Amino acid sequence: MPHGHHHDHDHTEPPSDLELRVKALESLLVEKGLVKPETLNSIIETYEHKVGPRNGAHVVAKAWTDPEFKQALMNDATEAVASLGYCGRQGEHLVVVENTNDTHNLVVCTLCSCYPWTVLGLPPAWYKSAPYRSRAVSDPRAVLKEFGTELGEKSTIRTWDSTSEMRYLVLPQRPAGTENWSEQDLQKLVSRNAMIGVELARSPKQKDEDGK
Amino acid sequence: MKGGHDLGGQLEMGPINPEPEAQEPVFHADWERRVFALTLATGMLGKWNIDESRHARERQDPLTYVQNSYYENWLEGLETLLLEKGLVDAEELVLATNISSQTKELLSVPNPTLATKILASGVPSTMEADSEPLYYIGDSVLVKASETAGHTRVPKYAQGATGTVVAQLGCHNFPDSNAQGIHEGKFLYRVSFSGVDLWSHSSTQTEVLIDLWEPYLGAAAN
Repeated sequence: MPHGHHHDHDHTEPPSDLELRVKALESLLVEKGLVKPETLNSIIETYEHKVGPRNGAHVVAKAWTDPEFKQALMNDATEAVASLGYCGRQGEHLVVVENTNDTHNLVVCTLCSCYPWTVLGLPPAWYKSAPYRSRAVSDPRAVLKEFGTELGEKSTIRTWDSTSEMRYLVLPQRPAGTENWSEQDLQKLVSRNAMIGVELARSPKQKDEDGK
Repeated sequence: MKGGHDLGGQLEMGPINPEPEAQEPVFHADWERRVFALTLATGMLGKWNIDESRHARERQDPLTYVQNSYYENWLEGLETLLLEKGLVDAEELVLATNISSQTKELLSVPNPTLATKILASGVPSTMEADSEPLYYIGDSVLVKASETAGHTRVPKYAQGATGTVVAQLGCHNFPDSNAQGIHEGKFLYRVSFSGVDLWSHSSTQTEVLIDLWEPYLGAAAN
């Protein structure tokens, strides 16, 4: 069987027949006038280089530093996020869920791969994988451990299963020791994984280590 | 419908093995880029909606669905839709022969400017309601067993469980109908379930929140 076994990553060497099959399909659709090559390239450019988790990091860092924005964000995330210029496909109904000392949030789509594109871009391979989709709802604590995230015994984990067109973004807790940090510096602590909820925002110390 | 896609709570799926965030590219091969763009671009022809698209992927053999990589499932779904909607025929698709240069109907094929505009505006799923919601915040609701052979968005693991309505989300396009090309609004609720009510091995320290449409729900026994 030419397909990768599910224990492999999704990105193992693609069989060449798959490359050929996709090329043939694209040629067919172009020849029939159903798609324009320049439109395909523009779509790829948008999601490979323009729309990505930096948008979400901007939203989070602004929420950490601007109480008025945070209030607006919790009331109506779609509108608040649009005020920063992020809107569109897979972000039509955005909801922000906030981590606190006793509640941690985790986002999944058990039925497919729903994900807030406008603020995070396209989902990572693991988010779309069977292991994550199966266990994020049934054993979230073990899932977090696989990402190296240990929560206190007392904290409740809330898993959000994206079954409708509502899209969920986690607002991580602001790391300690960042009291005087600017919004721009804070953005560097906000990983994509923290906004999905499998990790916490980086501490200043972690950031220094990552930078080395 | 039962299918390989309904993965919540399935066992034996192995470790997640996430690729480190800083190292993961958006696409892992050029064919993935092309499948992604082809799916979005053909979607803009307006011949199918998001639930028809999901359903086309879900209808595969369950084992194939799970074994395929993500974009292979997109490719399968796209080919299914192109055939079923008559945009290509099997001879063209499989044998690459007898390609007719014109499709039978006149379609508007987006250029990059229009495509960018479409992506930036999105497709909200909210609709006008013509009735009152049946459930309110705090109500106990039972998730009915799903018997549809078609597309649905009620996960298997929630069926038969009792939860609490924690938010009314308004009236939204109902996926079960939308997948059949029927645009109809139903009330959507956010329902909270305690982990222990879903999984025997779970703890009270876990909570699962699921967005569920009114037809999926019934009043709980007490």
